[in-house]
Amino acid sequence: MQWTRKDLLGLYDLSAEEITLILDTAEEFKKVSQRRVKKVPALRGKTVVNFFVEPSTRTRVSFELAEQRLSADVVNMQAQASSLLKGETLLDTVRNIEALQVDLVVMRHSAPGAQNFIARNLGCGVVNAGDGAHEHPTQALLDIFTMREKLGSVKGLQVAIVGDILHSRVARSNIWGLLKLGAQVTVAGPATLVPREFESIGVRVCHNLDEAIRNADVVNLLRIQHERQTADFFPSIGEYSKFFGIRPDTMKKLKPETLIMHPGPINRGVELAGEVADGKNSVILEQVTNGLAIRMAVLYLVAGCVQK
Amino acid sequence: MKDLLFKNARIIDPVRNVDAKGDLGVSNGLIVEASEVKDATVIDLSGKVLTPGFIDIHVHLRQPGNSDAETVATGGAAAAAGGFTSIVAMPNTKPPADTVGAIELLRNMAKKSPVKVLPCGNMSVGGQGEAMAGIGSLKEAGIVALSDDGRCVQNHGLMRHIVEYAKAFGVPILDHCEDSSLAAGGVMHEGKWSVLLGFNGIPAAAEELIITRNVLLAQEINWRIHMQHVSTRESVNILRYARSRGIPVTGEATPHHLTLTDECIKKFDTNYKMNPPLRSEEDRQALIAGVADGTITVIATDHAPHTATAKEVEFDHAPFGIIGLETAFALCHTELVTKGVIDLPHLIRMMTAGPAEVLGLEDYSLRPGRPADLTIFDPAEEYVIDSSKFFSKSRNTPFNGRSVIGRIIMTVVDGKVVYQK
Repeated sequence: MQWTRKDLLGLYDLSAEEITLILDTAEEFKKVSQRRVKKVPALRGKTVVNFFVEPSTRTRVSFELAEQRLSADVVNMQAQASSLLKGETLLDTVRNIEALQVDLVVMRHSAPGAQNFIARNLGCGVVNAGDGAHEHPTQALLDIFTMREKLGSVKGLQVAIVGDILHSRVARSNIWGLLKLGAQVTVAGPATLVPREFESIGVRVCHNLDEAIRNADVVNLLRIQHERQTADFFPSIGEYSKFFGIRPDTMKKLKPETLIMHPGPINRGVELAGEVADGKNSVILEQVTNGLAIRMAVLYLVAGCVQK
Repeated sequence: MKDLLFKNARIIDPVRNVDAKGDLGVSNGLIVEASEVKDATVIDLSGKVLTPGFIDIHVHLRQPGNSDAETVATGGAAAAAGGFTSIVAMPNTKPPADTVGAIELLRNMAKKSPVKVLPCGNMSVGGQGEAMAGIGSLKEAGIVALSDDGRCVQNHGLMRHIVEYAKAFGVPILDHCEDSSLAAGGVMHEGKWSVLLGFNGIPAAAEELIITRNVLLAQEINWRIHMQHVSTRESVNILRYARSRGIPVTGEATPHHLTLTDECIKKFDTNYKMNPPLRSEEDRQALIAGVADGTITVIATDHAPHTATAKEVEFDHAPFGIIGLETAFALCHTELVTKGVIDLPHLIRMMTAGPAEVLGLEDYSLRPGRPADLTIFDPAEEYVIDSSKFFSKSRNTPFNGRSVIGRIIMTVVDGKVVYQK
């Protein structure tokens, strides 16, 4: 299996073999971060720009560390500091970045498909760090990596994703990746935030938490955003938490070895009780650690396909 | 102007139920019997079709306000190349066409158009949906219809008054049917593909709700309301029901809603972004069925030019709309006629008598004495759409590179050849 893409835009585009290649490559890079010297020269001489047109802390830090550990030269660009506010188009901004002989652009944007649009207009590589509610491929890859590491194989796993599925790029990328690797996916949450249309691609859609998590091997919880309440998707955070939050007593309904995952940031006491987030089933911090390995793997593979 | 004599054409004249081989003369800008022309230029049309000039009742000319995208002159030239001899100019210009002065300006600019530009006035002040525009004065200034296209009057009480008032002045209503609270924030059809791609959707119900409202108002007031760019299955069903009851409502379909679906958006190409959005395949099939059974009586383009700069942005941020004047006939002929959905006279009716009926134009036919507005095409010519050759100032079409059958070869307005391939 040879990696052939200059961009990583989403898991929708990838084959099971390509996903597995990233996961296998990440296993090797995970070992690097466990060494005393946590750096390899894989991207020496390459320049990576982290271009975030939407706020992010953890994803940006994770990418930046991954780039540094691969010995790339790194520049961070925030939307606030960029020319977008001066009326320049996104395409012009990114063309200007490319004109500085940059090899890779890691990009986050609020508009679905913004990275697809940029990637087809640029020669440098584009890695999607989240585009609106469309995809967040490295997050899903690190989730899947964690499942594989903990449970051995993804094939046949029952994975429940709970929360605001409608507005979640994490959910979409997880769905594509998990389906391709042979897992069974259930999405759950209030009916207003979990559209039935997901059934058309073979995902089970559920509006009852107990039913959704009953036989789950993994429960992946998504952050519920307060602004959805003001848009009338559900009556209150309290009611959301009552019907869809995971509390210590919920754990009794799960299989003992079920993994509790969360892409962060957690609203403690809303979608997830603190005791569960810190409990023995939780792998939330291991997800963060694995995120670094996944991003190193992705950057390494993609950089190898950028024509310079 | 020299007389013209068209010979050996297949003449299709839906109003008079004519579909026969024959000759047609043009003298002093009017249609005459072939025997009456003198010293005419003779044009042999063997294998070609001659019809009344096409009418597009849904065109955005962008002037004044955005003449980088289109002008009355360039839009008119695009219309001529597409076989249209009359186009209805939507009022959402900047400033909007909600005053007598704006209509006079348009009529003045229309002198630079090779085809007839029929003004449409706003039904509400500024198209804002809050107060009735000066409908009587606009009628005096020469409007042929009222529309707030691009927007839709949300206040049903105001809409009722507009329809009642317009009826007294004999002005038809062309409505962009969209409930704003259901459509708010949407950029594509709400359905499988909006969910998979993570876009905010525009539900079908946003259109169907207003179509239902309009059916009830048209029935109550007994005045004509025309539904612009009908795009969903239930819209077609509601319209079919209303027409079966004799309620004076009509509907149009655009070539793009008849040929494309929401799945096209998975490539994030903003030339697939328009409003109403491309719907599901089920909706598209229902629309085609509505065309076939006569529920939909008009093909209209919703020609909506935008500059490349405006469209070369993130899908969320791109303006709605695509151009359509120069591709409409070929697309409909290819997809509807050559595929056997309707016959050629039916398509010609939808591009001539159908829109004429909406506007209340009497006897839109090839009867001697009528203005010589004619469209001539070769129904057999296959070609590839090349947007770089368009007369429109804009290039925002998803159909560039598509193979089609049926090519406009000549357009005649008041006896003058305004386009010739």
